[in-house]
Formats: sequence, C-alpha cells, structure tokens
Amino acid sequence: MMRYFAPLAIFAVIVVIFAFGLHQAPRKDLVPSPLIGKPAPSFTLPSLADPTQTVSNAALHGHWYLLNVWGTWCISCRLEAPELLAIAHTGVVPVIGLDWKDSRSAAMRYLAQRGNPYQQIAFDPGGLEAIHWGVYGAPETFIVNPQGIIVYKYIGPITPGAWTRDFLPRLRAAQTVSGS
Amino acid sequence: MIPELGQFALILALLLSVLQAFFGIAGPALGRERWTAAVIPAVAGQFVMVSTAMGCLMAAFIGNDFSVRYVAENSNSALPLFYRIAGVWGAHSGSLLLWIFLLACWTLAAAVGTARLPRNFAARVLGVLGTISIGFLLYTLITSNPFVRLDPPWADGMGLNPILQDPGLAAHPPVLYTGYVGLAVAFAFAGAALLEGRLDREWARWTRPWATTAWAFLTCGITLGSWWAYYTLGWGGFWFWDPVENASFMPWLMGTALIHSLAVTEKRGLFKSWTLLLAVLGFSLSLIGTFLVRSGVLISVHSFVASPGRGEFILTFLVIMIGAALALYAWRAPQMQSEAGFELSARESFLLFNNILLVTACGTIFAGEMAPIISIALHLGKLSVGPPYFNPTFLVSMLPLLALLPLGIHARWKRGGLGERGRTLSIALAAAALIGCAVAFGVFTGAGILSPVSMTLGAWIILASLIDPIDRLRRRIAVPRAVLGMTVAHIGVGVFVIAMTAVQGFTAEQDVALTRGMSARDGGYTFQFERIKPLHGPNYGGAEAKILVTRNGKPVTVMYPQKRTYWVQHMVTTHSAIDINGGSNILVALGQDLGDGRWSFRLQVRPLVLYIWIGALIMAAGGLLAITDRRYRLAESRESAPAGPLPAGGAGS
Repeated sequence: MMRYFAPLAIFAVIVVIFAFGLHQAPRKDLVPSPLIGKPAPSFTLPSLADPTQTVSNAALHGHWYLLNVWGTWCISCRLEAPELLAIAHTGVVPVIGLDWKDSRSAAMRYLAQRGNPYQQIAFDPGGLEAIHWGVYGAPETFIVNPQGIIVYKYIGPITPGAWTRDFLPRLRAAQTVSGS
Repeated sequence: MIPELGQFALILALLLSVLQAFFGIAGPALGRERWTAAVIPAVAGQFVMVSTAMGCLMAAFIGNDFSVRYVAENSNSALPLFYRIAGVWGAHSGSLLLWIFLLACWTLAAAVGTARLPRNFAARVLGVLGTISIGFLLYTLITSNPFVRLDPPWADGMGLNPILQDPGLAAHPPVLYTGYVGLAVAFAFAGAALLEGRLDREWARWTRPWATTAWAFLTCGITLGSWWAYYTLGWGGFWFWDPVENASFMPWLMGTALIHSLAVTEKRGLFKSWTLLLAVLGFSLSLIGTFLVRSGVLISVHSFVASPGRGEFILTFLVIMIGAALALYAWRAPQMQSEAGFELSARESFLLFNNILLVTACGTIFAGEMAPIISIALHLGKLSVGPPYFNPTFLVSMLPLLALLPLGIHARWKRGGLGERGRTLSIALAAAALIGCAVAFGVFTGAGILSPVSMTLGAWIILASLIDPIDRLRRRIAVPRAVLGMTVAHIGVGVFVIAMTAVQGFTAEQDVALTRGMSARDGGYTFQFERIKPLHGPNYGGAEAKILVTRNGKPVTVMYPQKRTYWVQHMVTTHSAIDINGGSNILVALGQDLGDGRWSFRLQVRPLVLYIWIGALIMAAGGLLAITDRRYRLAESRESAPAGPLPAGGAGS
C-alpha cells in the first residue's frame, strides 16, 4: 500500500524545493548582479529595425544609458512598456533596447502597436549577448555610467515607484558628481 | 466609514468560516447532529459578510475614495465606470477578495446543491470548503488587506494599469477564478469522501456536474486570456508558456483528466482512488499556481506583488491543505476498492490512457516550471525554460491522446472492442486522411510531416464524434444531453487541432516590393497596391498606402497600412492594417520607400487562427451542455438508494 503514500512523498519534496526557492528567491534589491561595478560587456549587434545596421554600446561611451532587456513574448515587458515610454519622454537618460530571443517581425509589430521607447534596439535572437550580461529573465534593466561601468541592475518591470526610488537617485547622484 | 465596514465584514466572515469548517468536519465525525445542522447558517452568514466586503470595495472604487490605498493605487477619477469596477480585481489584494467572493458563491451553491444529499456528506463538503475560506481570508487580512487607508488621502488615484483597460482582460480574472474556485468544490467532494472513508458510484454522479462546470469556466478563462494576449501583442502568438499561463493550464489539464476519470467511476465504479487523487491534485495545482504567481518564488523576476511574508504564508497554507488531503488519501484510498475489472480494449483502458497522457503533459509542464528553482537550489546556475522545451514535450503526450480519442469514444465498456463501429471508424479515418492531406497539400502549400498528420487527426475526431449522434438520430433514439455535450466538446477539440495546425504550419509571411498597380500573392490572397498618399497628423507626418485584397478574383477588403514619423521624438512607427476574414488574420505593414515609386510591404496571412479560440469555447459549451443531462437533475431524488453510513440523508422528493 506504499503507492498511496507516493503523492504525499512527492508533495513533500516539492514543498522543500518551494521553501528553498522562497529563501533563495533573488530579492530585487538584496542580491545584486555580480556585474555591478564591473565594466559593461561590449557588444555589436544587428539593429532590430534595419538588419544592415549595427548597434554597439562602444558608441555610447561617455554617456549614461539604460540597457533594457525585453522580448515580445514577455508579459511583464508589456506591463513596463508605458513606464519606459514615459522615461523616454522625460529625456533624462537614453534607453537602449536589447530584444532578446525574439523574432524580428513580432518585435516590429509590437513596437508599432505600443510605441517605441528605445533610442536604439540591438537584436539578439539567439540570446548569446544576454548571457554576457548575466540576464536570466526579462525584463531586466541596467544603468551604465559614462565610464561604461554597470551601476545598477533592476529585475522585473519598472514601475513609476521603482523609477523614482531606484533609478532617479542613482542618475541624479551621478549628475551632481559629474557636475562638480 | 464604508472601508471600515468592509474590513469588519471580512473579519466576521473569517470567524464564520471557522465555524463552518468546525461544524462541517467535527459534527459528522462526532455524530453531533446539531453541530452538523449549524453548517448551513455559517455558510449563509459567511456569504453575506463576504458579499458585503466585496460591495464595500466596489463602492470605494465607484465613489473614487482615494483615501483607500488600494483604490488610489489602482483607479483614477477619469476612469470610466466599467474600468473602475474592473479595477477591483486589477491588482493583488482586490483579486484575492474576488477569489474569496467567488469561493463564497460556490460554497453557497454547493450548500443548495447538496441539500438533498446525505446530511453528513453535505456537511463535510461544506466543512472542507470552510477550511479553504479560512486560509484565504487570513491571507487577505494579514498580508493583503485591500481596505488599508492612506493618510493623507490622495487627490486623485494613479489609475489602472493601461494594459488592463481592455474588456477582454477585465472579464478574464472573474471567469478564470470561477474555474479555479470551482475545482475547490470537486476538492471538497473528494475531501468529504476521504473523511467518510467511503466512495461509491453515486459520489461520482454528485461530483461530475461541479467538476465539469469548473472545467468549463477554466476553459473560457484561459481562452479569454489567450485571445487578449494575441491581440495586445500585435497579433502575434496565442500561447507563450509563460509561468502565469502555465499556472492556469496545469489545473485545466488535471481538470480534464478528472472529468474523464469521473465518467469511469460513475459508470463502472472503477478508478476510485485515482479519481479522488485527481480531484485533490486539480485544486492543489490551482493553489500551487497561486503560490508560484504571487509569492515571488518562480517569477521573482516577473511578479509585481512580491512582499515578504506572503510567500511564507501561502506555503504554510499549501502544506496544511494539500498535505492534509494527501495524508488522508494515503490513509483512506486503500479502502476504496474498484468494483470490477476490464479488458485492455475496453473504454476504461482508453480513459485510463487519456488520464495518463493528460497527467504526463501536466507533469512535464510542472517540471519545466520547477526546473529554474531546482537549478538554483543545486547551484547549477540560472536556467530559463521556454517554448523549445514546452512545445515538443507537450506534443509528445498530446498526439497519442488525439489519436486515441476517436477509438475511446466508441470502445465498449468492460469487455472491449469496437463492435460494428470499427468499420465506420475506419471509413471516417480514411475520409479524414483524405481531407487532412487535401487541406495540407491542396489548399495550403509547404506542408511538413506533422501538418497532414494533425489535420487528419483533427478531422477524424470531428467525424468520429458525429457517428454516435447521427446513428441515434437515424434510429430515432433520443440523444441524451450528456452524449450531446461530449460530442460537442470533442468537436471543439477537433476544431482546435485543425486551427492550431493551420496557424503553426501554414502562416504565410513575406516581404515584397511593389510599385503602384502591381500585386503580390500571399496565403491564397492577392494584394494589389492601389496608391500611396502623404499623411498629415496632429503631431506626425508619414504615408498611407491603399491595398486592395482579393481572393480568387473576389474583393475581400481594402487595407490602409500607415507609416508615421512623430516630429518631436523623431520616431518612426508602423501602423499595420489588420483584417479578419473567414477566421483568418490578414496583416499588411508598410515598409520602406525604395524610390521610383516602389515601396516594400510585409504581408502576413495567419489562416483559421480565430478557430483556435472558437474551438476552445466549443469545448466549454459541450461541458456546460453535458451537465444539463437529466440524470444529474434526478441525482438528488435517487440518492437515498445506496444509503450513507447514517440514515439521516434527506429522503428526497
């Protein structure tokens, strides 16, 4: 009659995994990316809009920028889309998109439908570049400073609250430092 | 004042649900009839209190009470009334209250529906439902109270997430939750049978309408979500294997297995412990889905409600609820012996395969969901599991399921074999293969191996489903609603499979360069580039093309794709023209000006895509049709026959 205990045993294992997951769950602010404080990996990728052009972050050296990893298949990216548009509208910092594991036609349709917050979009259908950035889910957003150093990594959809709490202070602090 | 009333009502509801659980479980266990009888007032009182709380939150939304934090964060005075009401379930706390409200509605319905069943059994069902209410009410009151005030109140709210301002999405949570919570009733029936330690064929007949209704709502809810995703995503895909989608899909697969397994238990008194297990697992997966989505474990990267304490709470609740149910199962299930055996070719076998395949499919999805967590736990690094895993593994269990379906519905019970139906089925298969290949190679082009096979399967399922009703009609025998419902649901499966095959296999997409007057063909349609004219918008300029679409010389539609340049942002956007024709989705996007009057266009025809959702809705309709069968309405008046452990059961009318 042991077989009737099998579901309970399996459930116990699952609970242990869940409990572990709960404590290991990368809390947004507690577990920073190991890349923070390190130079941003440099990339040169085809442009999403025009395959004959390339997008490279070397060209952005000397400027603050956000690198936002997204994909049309990512539901949370749709949630943050309005906020990204608002950020782009403020002009505080340019947003560079990394379209991750996506299809070009789906991405173009997506942008046409809901607007394009990105100054440039690098197209990474194989997801290889994202590996260098330590991306494991979308959306993720990196703040990169003019020296090309990753200052901060934000995991999950950017909310208005996150923008004022996590992004603006870092960008402002930077401006006062560079201004002085 | 109103929010405090709502808060107070929720606390009272919690107290009443404790009484409901206690009287419902302890009353029958200790043989105290007055305790048992007290369950009903507790259920009624809890329903009134939860409805009051729901009404209070709704009133706060309608009246723009921005002193309530939840309202301020999820509504806005400029929002139309419809979305102010939908805003109630627009975020975490309110959607939990909706969950609780629907649970109260189902519980009340269960109290009415079980009124004529043996009193102890009915009380136990309501008692188990009470324990679920306790968990969710505690969770809301402790971690996610929607009535928390803001001091000072905001002048205006932040507004509902624009993505949620859509009729499809506004309706999605209530329908989906109705399905989720409905599985709780099946769970409670299983719990009551386990507490009683006895299960007979009557039990299956009592449980079936509840399980099927829940399943039908779940089907509709998932369909709505998928349709919404399709059109908000720019007419892209319809299923993304997103963890949130999977969280609703796994209970659906279990529910599908359950309604089939219940058929065997009712008809033949077999699979008893298995059916119980499915009923427990179906709702458990709803709970686990809730945990995964709301705790931040799985989609810590996606969740927007992660807050410390919530995850721990749900996990504790999961352990208590599911752990208790499975422990009870381990203890009691060995007593639930099957009443008879069956041959390998009997209908029972086919339904067993159905169950195994559905549970396997569910298991592979669950494994895919768990893989990232396990990978972190074992320090194997971060892992993301996506369509490349889910698509093939799902197909591996679904293709045999579809192939066995036509045989299963015609196989005889017990001794097995197809009888004289074998010939008819072979003819149907031949006809289906003809249709499948004709469609795959004739109507469309570029078919792979899978497309004709699954087209054939889809057609075979539809034809085979029709054999029995047609046969009955010809012999002038009435078609019972249950048979009719099953037929309709299986036709829905066939429609779904055909549509899915068409979309996956034959979506035609190409980029063409056209000068005025020239035309291009794509997916059976002819697109003629009529003219292009400059566009003058308020803050943008650009161009708009006019495309005449024809099929076999007959005009279908005129499409106007645009390309806009916004002056301020220097942003170029493409506004594709979209049309739906005969269930197919046609899309034309305007590309570059290539000079000399030549423009590039992107043409896309996604055939039959609308039938994916129509097929799913047909399935749900079949389920709802089946539960109107006479034998479920008669169920109450015939129940006293097998006699519960106590003779107290209502004698019926």
